[in-house]
Amino acid sequence: MVKVTIDGIEVSVEPGTTILNAARQIGGDAVPPAMCYYSKLPGTGGKCRTCLVEVAAGSAADPRPLPKLVASCSTPVQDGMVVNNKTSERVHNNRGGVVEFLLANHPLDCPICDQAGECHLQDLGYEHGSAKTRYEEDRRTFDPIDIGNKIKLHMNRCILCYRCVFVANQLTDKRVHGVLHRGEHAEISTYIQEAVENDFSGNMIDVCPVGALTDRTFRFKSRVWFLKPMEAERSCTKCCGKAVVWMFGNEIYRVTARKDKYGEVEAIDQKTAWLCNDCRFEKKDASEWNILGPRVINRQSVIAQGKYATTIDKPVKRIG
Amino acid sequence: MNNRKLLLEHLEVPGIEGIDVYVKHGGYNTLEKALKKMSPEEVVEEVKKSGLRGRGGAGFPTGMKWSFLAKPEGIPRYLVCNADESEPGTFKDRFLMEKIPHLLVEAMVLSSYALGANTSYIYIRGEYMYLLEILEKAIQEAYAKGFLGKNIMGSGFDHDLVVTPGGGAYICGEETALLESLEGKRGNPRIKPPFPAVKGLWGCPTVVNNVETIAAVVSIVRDGGEAYAAIGIGKSTGTKLISACGNLVRPGVYEIELGMTVEEFIYGDDYCRGIANGKKLKACVPGGSSVPILPHYLVTKTAAGEDRLMTYESLADGGFKTGSMLGSGGFIVFDEDQCIVRNTWNFTRFYAHESCGQCSPCREGTGWMEKVLHRLETGKGQLHDIDLLADINKKIEGNTICPLGDAAAWPVAAAIHHFREEFEWHVTHPEEAQTRNYGLIQQPVVA
Amino acid sequence: MSHTTQPIRTTEPVNFSEALLGKMDRAIQQFPEGKQKSAILTLLHLAQAELGWISVPTMDKIAEILHIQAIEVYEVATFYTMFHLEPVGKYVFEVCRTGPCMLVGSDQLIEHIGQRLNIGVGETTEDGLFTLKTAECLGGCGYGPLLQCRHRFHEHLTPEKVDALIEQYRQGTIEPGAL
Repeated sequence: MVKVTIDGIEVSVEPGTTILNAARQIGGDAVPPAMCYYSKLPGTGGKCRTCLVEVAAGSAADPRPLPKLVASCSTPVQDGMVVNNKTSERVHNNRGGVVEFLLANHPLDCPICDQAGECHLQDLGYEHGSAKTRYEEDRRTFDPIDIGNKIKLHMNRCILCYRCVFVANQLTDKRVHGVLHRGEHAEISTYIQEAVENDFSGNMIDVCPVGALTDRTFRFKSRVWFLKPMEAERSCTKCCGKAVVWMFGNEIYRVTARKDKYGEVEAIDQKTAWLCNDCRFEKKDASEWNILGPRVINRQSVIAQGKYATTIDKPVKRIG
Repeated sequence: MNNRKLLLEHLEVPGIEGIDVYVKHGGYNTLEKALKKMSPEEVVEEVKKSGLRGRGGAGFPTGMKWSFLAKPEGIPRYLVCNADESEPGTFKDRFLMEKIPHLLVEAMVLSSYALGANTSYIYIRGEYMYLLEILEKAIQEAYAKGFLGKNIMGSGFDHDLVVTPGGGAYICGEETALLESLEGKRGNPRIKPPFPAVKGLWGCPTVVNNVETIAAVVSIVRDGGEAYAAIGIGKSTGTKLISACGNLVRPGVYEIELGMTVEEFIYGDDYCRGIANGKKLKACVPGGSSVPILPHYLVTKTAAGEDRLMTYESLADGGFKTGSMLGSGGFIVFDEDQCIVRNTWNFTRFYAHESCGQCSPCREGTGWMEKVLHRLETGKGQLHDIDLLADINKKIEGNTICPLGDAAAWPVAAAIHHFREEFEWHVTHPEEAQTRNYGLIQQPVVA
Repeated sequence: MSHTTQPIRTTEPVNFSEALLGKMDRAIQQFPEGKQKSAILTLLHLAQAELGWISVPTMDKIAEILHIQAIEVYEVATFYTMFHLEPVGKYVFEVCRTGPCMLVGSDQLIEHIGQRLNIGVGETTEDGLFTLKTAECLGGCGYGPLLQCRHRFHEHLTPEKVDALIEQYRQGTIEPGAL
């Protein structure tokens, strides 16, 4: 085990653990935000730069500070490393810079975006963004496209985290979408309009940190905070069948995977509980699910609004 | 100054591009010497002793880079030659490969022997396709003479050399982007660690070196590392190809001994012969577009008033306040009629165009800077845009996956630092700025 | 300005000549077993030299030859600037516009060629003979202003030299520089 200190809190972790994952073992404010890294998708990370941290001491053997901020998601810890995240002014400034870059070309169309309320870019903007934009240029725009009859792609909102590309590579047998062009013209696309038809393609929606990939079966149906997330399960031959169904009254508006406090699909019995498209898109009748009880939502989240009024809804499991 | 030529020694010999003439002038003798009389470790040792530093721009000691190469049993190792020369102002590798292709072929085999690589690749930018054919011809000649292939010159060392093209992407000059491209993918730089010395081409230990760096190994092994280190000053050893361009009487590629004065290089009869058309020097970017620009009064003298020399250290003297970098040796000279704002915009447009788009500060920041600079250049900017630029710049620098972010940020920072009054003039005199250039700036009075 | 990548749909099947397929095969053989994807840029260059541009069916065929998914070819072809993803003229003039060339007059050169051919940057002459494009640094900074056409550099250009060059291309007397 190696010891690392993050924001003054020491933790022992397996050698090879990244700074970000060491921080997640500590929890709370020590954890840098991550927009592209996704622990369940090997190879992700390093791109968005929101998780930049300051390394005040490289290791016990060589305690010199690192000159540049490093991406905590892809930098392994060294024994005796000292890291500053929340406690560093420099990190705060530069992270603010990254957020400004991510928002520079973002349409800020939250009022009509289905992701609003559960958008990581909203959270990040709230924490680190400035009230006024300095970006006076025309924003780059793309027409929204359908990729298949279940998924909508709003490239305008995309932050190019590449997670959906990793989903296609790692969960499906054929990838038909990818990153085309380069630089500020880079975009997620199928190039030729081709449907993404695959049993697990819907997971792209769950891993998308913003509203770039949304569920067409839920499109404009409701704001997420008007719905009640319920843990549910069904027996499915394709996936684990363990989901969250988002209800209004007795009606299921949408189905998503169960996500942890970092917004990642939870591991259940040590396996990531990815959902198949059948469970996600086709099972909207409450009778098809065994509804277990309300999902606990972080009290700070807008989704929690009005959901803690009763004591009858007993949470199934606390997730922080 | 007596100026030895190590790379371009036989430049003027007719037919030197062919193997017979190359061999007649001592070509492949050094390879034979290494294969028959030296162990790979001894070759590495000579390179270490030579003090050779990477000629692609970063200036990292080559011997040290070679010594980092992991050597696990049963896994192939690769040498990859970075011939993706794309840094604006730099055209030296093209010159060397076109004129003396066998020098690179010999150097590739020699260096591969030192590193224990049985296959090596030359990744050449797609725009140099004609050079790829020149190199392929040289490689075929080398195979026919037994300098490539199985059991080279009876040494028991086998080596295959392949040359393969890029497709038009500056970023592939970054070594991990080059490896991605060589694997047939988009040229997205990799997240490090792991470094190529541990996991490079197809996950195998790999050394990536610039054309000129590898070519220098021949004379180092021929004459010994110490002889090479005796040339130059301090940690700037040996000779360097400088590609000079811009408003010069005689632009071109010159091999210089490191340590020559900048003054001699710009004005000397054997070199660039001064500023074209009798104009005055306004500024100089001495190491390729990525390095900080120097105003005329800091080109031939440092801020301390000493002669500025063509060395890594002297060109960097004064740091980013009053110095620059030797970089790739792309020496760009501006005369008094040139517009610094326009040039800064032009360079920034280049970086925005060449950003791979993978990480957000570079993808968004380079494009943003380009737009702000275009506003300023076309007389539509405001004074606060200059501060905005300086700030965007700081948010890019150091925060990106690869050095392209820094390469895009530094020229803008330096231009604003030294030529702020010219930027301000573009704002305060928008119409005049469209019809004439600002001219020379005054040297600030130092109290 | 809004856009979504919409490649020109050509359903016309592409035909790779035997000679082209032979060259592609040799390019693939240069790489170790299982690493055939490394030949993708060479294959795109070869296909473009024979067919003039890179269409979707061309990319699909390259995917087939390399045993990779079509999207992998689209991703690569759109990343690198040398591949024409739309039909172009027989001769594509790619004029370097980066700093060092600008210092010696590339802006004026681009304007001159545009006037001479009566086209803007990115456009093709009505007779389908010439396309004018700009390029970022082509690596001839000391020899500018310059342009590249069919892998051949034309350097130290002046308006007179460019006029003569256009005429020579019209006459068909300039061979490709490579491929």
